Amino acid sequence: MENRSLVSIAEYSREKLEYLIRMAGEFERHPNSRLLEGKVVATLFFEPSTRTRLSFETAANRLGARVIGFADPKVTSGTKGETLKDTIIMVSNYADVIVMRHYLEGAARYASELSPVPIINAGDGANQHPSQTMLDLYSIYKTQGTLDNLQIYLVGDLKYGRTVHSLLTAMRHFSPTFHFIAPDELAMPDYWKQYCLEHDIRYVEHKDFNEDTIRDADILYMTRVQKERFTDLMEYERVKDRYLLKRSMLQKVKDNMKILHPLPRVNEIEYSIDDDPHAYYFEQARNGLYARQALICDALGITLEEVTNCKSFIL
Amino acid sequence: MSNAPNPRKEMMVAAIENGTVIDHIPADKIFQVMSLLHLERIRSAVTIGYNLESKQMGTKSIIKIADKHFSDEEISQLAVLCRHITLSTIRDYQVVEKRRVSLPDEITGIVRCPNPKCITNHEPMRTRFHVIDGTLTCHYCNNSTPLDKVTII
Repeated sequence: MENRSLVSIAEYSREKLEYLIRMAGEFERHPNSRLLEGKVVATLFFEPSTRTRLSFETAANRLGARVIGFADPKVTSGTKGETLKDTIIMVSNYADVIVMRHYLEGAARYASELSPVPIINAGDGANQHPSQTMLDLYSIYKTQGTLDNLQIYLVGDLKYGRTVHSLLTAMRHFSPTFHFIAPDELAMPDYWKQYCLEHDIRYVEHKDFNEDTIRDADILYMTRVQKERFTDLMEYERVKDRYLLKRSMLQKVKDNMKILHPLPRVNEIEYSIDDDPHAYYFEQARNGLYARQALICDALGITLEEVTNCKSFIL
Repeated sequence: MSNAPNPRKEMMVAAIENGTVIDHIPADKIFQVMSLLHLERIRSAVTIGYNLESKQMGTKSIIKIADKHFSDEEISQLAVLCRHITLSTIRDYQVVEKRRVSLPDEITGIVRCPNPKCITNHEPMRTRFHVIDGTLTCHYCNNSTPLDKVTII
């Protein structure tokens, strides 16, 4: 049987990514339908993540599926010592697809090897979070009209931020130029720079973050600089405001430039930017709904053609 | 140059009539080699030479196992410990084949993933690594470890 699980965005070709973007576009036009009527989607959150869970559950509900699962690992048998293997096999008896978030890295790959129904990775520790990348790609495509030859600026935590690494991986198909802006402690790891070289991804490293640095950006991807990542708290205090995006820095940017952020935001973007036309992070989060509708349908073997020809739209 | 065995070394570990000689084992890796090949389960005679003199290595260990031959797959696992290990197949006191261990593309069940947050360190499951350019990458958590830093389970 073909394994329709989604563990890592790295497994998707350019064609597959474009196909899923087209499907997400269909769902944006018609978010409500009975396409998944009679299906059961399980959302197993071994680590709480309200935002991601609500997005997946809304995606399933708006397509008419029923949702089972848990949001809090404390209520599961895991606390009684049950293995992940047993939980997955048990739930696969009930559900047609399993959306899983886990605090351990590699949990999604392991679950996909065990489960007779597809697994959608909703984040496994610091490892992969492909649905976030899918909504990032959809947002970039929607705002720029293309994914090819873009100038993408990554700002903040480039060391531990899995979203920026997954974005690099997915964008390798589209000849981008990346710009890295980060404090030394959170700089892009050599491993990922090597990855860029191996995959013909151009990149530029910047020391400063100001209106001149970002003037050529098509996408400004902000991430959170987390206090707990620093061994030296003095260093954190010194750099934390240096990576704050201020309204005054937007004076020279291109008209098409959009600001993305995986959220939650703490102090990376001034609140006064929220109503600026360049701000896109809340729309980006909404795009997560359509991207996840596409991922759930694809995992269940529903094709773009079936989505396009669906007659059960609810207006 | 002749490859004839040095008679002095031969005296240190008795010759076998049929079986396998595993040579050039780094001295301190002998117990790991024994464990990887499950020699504790073998019924035939096993002769072990530990901390022997070696011109190439300073000290080395050697294992002679009577009436036992290993598949390529079994011995490829040894490459995780050291790539210089050699295996000689002995028939009627003669070396009929000499093999060097070579790294397989994939290593399962013998190396521990060093990432404490890797699923393989929390579930009753076999570890699995992909071998690329002397580096092991965990199939599950994608953590990479240089071959000389790995820990055997």
